[in-house]
Amino acid sequence: MNQPHFTYEAEGNTLIVHLPEELDHHNCSGLKYETDIILSENYIRRILFDFSKTRFMDSSGLGILLNRYKQMALSGGTVAIYGAGAQALRILKMGGILKLMKLYDSKEAAVTG
Amino acid sequence: MSEQNKPEILKMEVEALSKNEEFARVAVAVFLARLNPTLEEVDDVKTAVSEAVTNAVIHGYQGKGGMIYLEVEVMDQEFTITIRDIGIGIPDIKQAMEPLYTTDPDGERTGMGFSFMEAFMDQVEVQSVPGEGTAVTMKKKISG
Repeated sequence: MNQPHFTYEAEGNTLIVHLPEELDHHNCSGLKYETDIILSENYIRRILFDFSKTRFMDSSGLGILLNRYKQMALSGGTVAIYGAGAQALRILKMGGILKLMKLYDSKEAAVTG
Repeated sequence: MSEQNKPEILKMEVEALSKNEEFARVAVAVFLARLNPTLEEVDDVKTAVSEAVTNAVIHGYQGKGGMIYLEVEVMDQEFTITIRDIGIGIPDIKQAMEPLYTTDPDGERTGMGFSFMEAFMDQVEVQSVPGEGTAVTMKKKISG
Protein backbone atom coordinates (compact mmCIF):
# COMPACT_ATOMS: atom_id res chain seq x y z
CA MET A 1 0.00 0.00 0.00
CA ASN A 2 3.04 2.25 0.16
CA GLN A 3 3.47 2.29 -3.59
CA PRO A 4 3.58 5.85 -4.90
CA HIS A 5 0.49 6.70 -6.92
CA PHE A 6 2.27 9.20 -9.10
CA THR A 7 5.78 9.29 -10.46
CA TYR A 8 7.41 12.39 -11.83
CA GLU A 9 9.99 12.99 -14.51
CA ALA A 10 11.60 16.22 -15.69
CA GLU A 11 12.51 17.05 -19.30
CA GLY A 12 14.02 20.53 -19.25
CA ASN A 13 11.24 22.88 -18.15
CA THR A 14 8.64 20.18 -18.69
CA LEU A 15 7.25 18.10 -15.83
CA ILE A 16 5.90 14.69 -16.81
CA VAL A 17 3.38 13.23 -14.36
CA HIS A 18 2.85 9.48 -14.77
CA LEU A 19 -0.71 8.81 -13.62
CA PRO A 20 -1.86 5.67 -11.80
CA GLU A 21 -4.06 2.88 -13.24
CA GLU A 22 -7.10 4.17 -11.37
CA LEU A 23 -7.40 7.96 -11.36
CA ASP A 24 -10.08 8.42 -8.69
CA HIS A 25 -10.59 10.39 -5.47
CA HIS A 26 -8.56 7.90 -3.42
CA ASN A 27 -5.54 7.90 -5.70
CA CYS A 28 -5.63 11.64 -6.36
CA SER A 29 -5.19 12.61 -2.73
CA GLY A 30 -1.43 13.15 -2.89
CA LEU A 31 -1.16 14.87 -6.25
CA LYS A 32 -1.96 18.44 -5.23
CA TYR A 33 0.55 18.38 -2.38
CA GLU A 34 3.28 16.76 -4.46
CA THR A 35 2.90 18.97 -7.53
CA ASP A 36 2.72 22.10 -5.35
CA ILE A 37 6.16 21.22 -3.96
CA ILE A 38 7.63 20.40 -7.36
CA LEU A 39 6.21 23.56 -8.96
CA SER A 40 7.50 25.77 -6.14
CA GLU A 41 11.01 24.33 -6.25
CA ASN A 42 11.49 24.05 -10.02
CA TYR A 43 11.02 26.29 -13.04
CA ILE A 44 8.28 24.40 -14.87
CA ARG A 45 6.63 25.82 -17.99
CA ARG A 46 4.71 22.78 -19.08
CA ILE A 47 3.04 19.77 -17.45
CA LEU A 48 2.45 16.55 -19.41
CA PHE A 49 0.02 14.06 -17.94
CA ASP A 50 0.86 10.49 -18.96
CA PHE A 51 -2.34 8.40 -19.16
CA SER A 52 -0.70 5.34 -20.70
CA LYS A 53 -1.20 3.22 -17.58
CA THR A 54 -4.60 4.68 -16.67
CA ARG A 55 -7.56 2.36 -17.22
CA PHE A 56 -10.14 4.29 -15.24
CA MET A 57 -10.84 7.90 -14.34
CA ASP A 58 -13.84 9.72 -12.89
CA SER A 59 -14.73 13.32 -12.06
CA SER A 60 -12.18 13.34 -9.21
CA GLY A 61 -9.42 12.75 -11.78
CA LEU A 62 -10.89 15.54 -13.87
CA GLY A 63 -10.75 17.87 -10.87
CA ILE A 64 -7.05 17.49 -10.31
CA LEU A 65 -6.29 18.01 -14.01
CA LEU A 66 -8.38 21.18 -14.10
CA ASN A 67 -6.69 22.57 -11.03
CA ARG A 68 -3.21 21.94 -12.37
CA TYR A 69 -4.33 23.65 -15.59
CA LYS A 70 -5.53 26.73 -13.68
CA GLN A 71 -2.30 26.80 -11.70
CA MET A 72 -0.16 26.66 -14.84
CA ALA A 73 -2.33 29.16 -16.74
CA LEU A 74 -1.73 31.75 -14.00
CA SER A 75 1.99 31.68 -14.72
CA GLY A 76 1.59 31.44 -18.50
CA GLY A 77 2.41 27.74 -18.60
CA THR A 78 0.60 24.97 -20.45
CA VAL A 79 -0.69 21.46 -19.80
CA ALA A 80 -0.96 18.57 -22.27
CA ILE A 81 -1.97 14.90 -22.20
CA TYR A 82 -0.71 11.74 -23.88
CA GLY A 83 -1.55 8.05 -23.91
CA ALA A 84 -5.25 8.38 -23.02
CA GLY A 85 -7.35 5.22 -23.60
CA ALA A 86 -11.04 5.01 -24.52
CA GLN A 87 -12.52 5.37 -21.03
CA ALA A 88 -10.30 8.30 -20.00
CA LEU A 89 -10.88 9.99 -23.34
CA ARG A 90 -14.66 9.96 -22.88
CA ILE A 91 -14.32 11.54 -19.44
CA LEU A 92 -11.83 14.12 -20.71
CA LYS A 93 -14.18 15.07 -23.56
CA MET A 94 -17.23 15.30 -21.29
CA GLY A 95 -15.30 17.49 -18.89
CA GLY A 96 -14.29 19.89 -21.67
CA ILE A 97 -10.61 19.24 -20.94
CA LEU A 98 -9.62 18.87 -24.58
CA LYS A 99 -10.44 22.54 -25.15
CA LEU A 100 -7.82 23.42 -22.55
CA MET A 101 -5.13 20.82 -23.07
CA LYS A 102 -3.53 19.41 -26.20
CA LEU A 103 -3.80 15.69 -26.71
CA TYR A 104 -0.89 13.63 -28.05
CA ASP A 105 -0.61 9.95 -28.97
CA SER A 106 2.86 9.35 -27.58
CA LYS A 107 5.33 10.71 -25.09
CA GLU A 108 7.75 11.62 -27.90
CA ALA A 109 5.10 13.66 -29.70
CA ALA A 110 4.05 15.35 -26.45
CA VAL A 111 7.59 16.26 -25.38
CA THR A 112 8.42 17.66 -28.84
CA GLY A 113 5.14 19.59 -28.72
CA MET B 1 -28.83 -18.15 -20.38
CA SER B 2 -30.02 -16.41 -17.24
CA GLU B 3 -33.47 -17.17 -15.94
CA GLN B 4 -36.09 -14.69 -17.08
CA ASN B 5 -38.50 -12.74 -14.87
CA LYS B 6 -36.67 -13.41 -11.64
CA PRO B 7 -34.42 -10.64 -10.33
CA GLU B 8 -30.89 -11.47 -9.23
CA ILE B 9 -29.67 -9.43 -6.29
CA LEU B 10 -26.35 -8.32 -4.81
CA LYS B 11 -26.24 -6.60 -1.41
CA MET B 12 -23.01 -5.18 -0.11
CA GLU B 13 -21.88 -2.97 2.77
CA VAL B 14 -18.53 -1.19 2.63
CA GLU B 15 -16.90 1.26 4.99
CA ALA B 16 -16.85 4.83 3.69
CA LEU B 17 -13.12 4.83 3.04
CA SER B 18 -11.68 6.28 -0.14
CA LYS B 19 -9.90 3.00 -0.92
CA ASN B 20 -13.30 1.30 -1.11
CA GLU B 21 -14.33 3.48 -4.06
CA GLU B 22 -12.37 1.19 -6.38
CA PHE B 23 -13.52 -1.96 -4.59
CA ALA B 24 -17.19 -0.96 -4.92
CA ARG B 25 -17.09 -0.12 -8.63
CA VAL B 26 -15.09 -3.26 -9.49
CA ALA B 27 -17.37 -5.57 -7.45
CA VAL B 28 -20.43 -4.06 -9.16
CA ALA B 29 -18.77 -4.48 -12.56
CA VAL B 30 -18.16 -8.18 -11.85
CA PHE B 31 -21.84 -8.64 -10.95
CA LEU B 32 -22.86 -6.70 -14.07
CA ALA B 33 -20.82 -9.09 -16.25
CA ARG B 34 -23.63 -11.70 -16.12
CA LEU B 35 -25.70 -9.41 -18.38
CA ASN B 36 -22.97 -9.67 -21.03
CA PRO B 37 -22.48 -5.88 -21.29
CA THR B 38 -20.27 -4.10 -23.81
CA LEU B 39 -16.99 -2.65 -22.53
CA GLU B 40 -18.51 0.80 -22.81
CA GLU B 41 -21.50 -0.21 -20.68
CA VAL B 42 -19.14 -1.60 -18.03
CA ASP B 43 -17.23 1.71 -18.02
CA ASP B 44 -20.50 3.67 -17.80
CA VAL B 45 -21.66 1.76 -14.73
CA LYS B 46 -18.22 1.80 -13.07
CA THR B 47 -17.98 5.58 -13.50
CA ALA B 48 -21.49 6.22 -12.17
CA VAL B 49 -20.89 3.94 -9.15
CA SER B 50 -17.55 5.61 -8.47
CA GLU B 51 -19.21 9.04 -8.47
CA ALA B 52 -21.98 8.00 -6.07
CA VAL B 53 -19.66 6.17 -3.67
CA THR B 54 -17.17 9.06 -3.71
CA ASN B 55 -20.04 11.44 -2.87
CA ALA B 56 -20.97 9.27 0.11
CA VAL B 57 -17.35 9.23 1.36
CA ILE B 58 -16.68 12.94 0.87
CA HIS B 59 -20.06 14.59 1.35
CA GLY B 60 -22.37 12.12 3.09
CA TYR B 61 -19.86 11.20 5.76
CA GLN B 62 -17.59 14.28 5.42
CA GLY B 63 -14.55 11.99 5.29
CA LYS B 64 -15.29 10.80 8.84
CA GLY B 65 -16.37 7.30 7.85
CA GLY B 66 -19.57 5.30 8.22
CA MET B 67 -21.14 2.54 6.17
CA ILE B 68 -22.20 2.64 2.53
CA TYR B 69 -24.94 0.23 1.45
CA LEU B 70 -25.05 -0.97 -2.14
CA GLU B 71 -27.93 -2.93 -3.55
CA VAL B 72 -27.91 -4.16 -7.12
CA GLU B 73 -30.75 -5.85 -8.96
CA VAL B 74 -30.62 -7.25 -12.46
CA MET B 75 -33.61 -8.51 -14.35
CA ASP B 76 -34.18 -8.98 -18.08
CA GLN B 77 -31.13 -6.87 -18.99
CA GLU B 78 -32.25 -4.04 -16.70
CA PHE B 79 -29.58 -3.05 -14.18
CA THR B 80 -30.62 -1.14 -11.05
CA ILE B 81 -28.32 0.02 -8.26
CA THR B 82 -29.02 1.91 -5.06
CA ILE B 83 -26.13 3.47 -3.16
CA ARG B 84 -27.14 4.67 0.29
CA ASP B 85 -25.45 6.38 3.19
CA ILE B 86 -26.68 7.49 6.59
CA GLY B 87 -24.62 10.65 6.54
CA ILE B 88 -25.50 14.35 6.68
CA GLY B 89 -27.92 14.35 3.74
CA ILE B 90 -28.43 17.00 1.07
CA PRO B 91 -30.50 20.08 1.97
CA ASP B 92 -31.25 21.04 -1.66
CA ILE B 93 -31.10 18.08 -4.07
CA LYS B 94 -31.93 20.16 -7.15
CA GLN B 95 -29.03 22.50 -6.45
CA ALA B 96 -26.66 19.61 -5.66
CA MET B 97 -27.45 18.08 -9.04
CA GLU B 98 -26.73 21.24 -11.02
CA PRO B 99 -23.63 20.83 -13.20
CA LEU B 100 -20.52 22.35 -11.58
CA TYR B 101 -22.25 22.99 -8.24
CA THR B 102 -19.89 22.05 -5.42
CA THR B 103 -19.62 22.74 -1.71
CA ASP B 104 -15.89 22.06 -1.82
CA PRO B 105 -13.86 25.05 -0.63
CA ASP B 106 -10.40 24.10 -1.94
CA GLY B 107 -11.46 23.70 -5.57
CA GLU B 108 -10.25 20.14 -6.14
CA ARG B 109 -13.81 18.94 -6.79
CA THR B 110 -15.46 19.61 -10.16
CA GLY B 111 -19.13 19.49 -9.16
CA MET B 112 -19.70 17.06 -12.03
CA GLY B 113 -20.49 13.91 -10.05
CA PHE B 114 -24.26 13.92 -10.56
CA SER B 115 -23.87 15.09 -14.19
CA PHE B 116 -21.68 12.04 -14.86
CA MET B 117 -24.18 9.71 -13.19
CA GLU B 118 -26.95 11.17 -15.38
CA ALA B 119 -24.81 10.99 -18.52
CA PHE B 120 -23.80 7.37 -18.02
CA MET B 121 -27.05 5.88 -16.70
CA ASP B 122 -30.57 5.93 -18.16
CA GLN B 123 -32.18 7.14 -14.96
CA VAL B 124 -30.92 8.71 -11.72
CA GLU B 125 -33.09 9.36 -8.69
CA VAL B 126 -31.86 10.97 -5.48
CA GLN B 127 -33.63 10.80 -2.15
CA SER B 128 -32.14 12.64 0.78
CA VAL B 129 -33.13 13.85 4.22
CA PRO B 130 -30.79 16.24 6.05
CA GLY B 131 -29.42 14.47 9.12
CA GLU B 132 -30.61 11.06 7.93
CA GLY B 133 -28.71 10.31 4.74
CA THR B 134 -28.90 9.99 0.98
CA ALA B 135 -29.91 7.24 -1.42
CA VAL B 136 -29.04 7.37 -5.13
CA THR B 137 -30.88 4.92 -7.38
CA MET B 138 -29.67 4.47 -10.94
CA LYS B 139 -30.99 2.33 -13.77
CA LYS B 140 -29.54 1.25 -17.07
CA LYS B 141 -30.70 -1.06 -19.81
CA ILE B 142 -27.82 -3.34 -20.83
CA SER B 143 -27.72 -4.30 -24.50
CA GLY B 144 -26.36 -7.80 -23.91
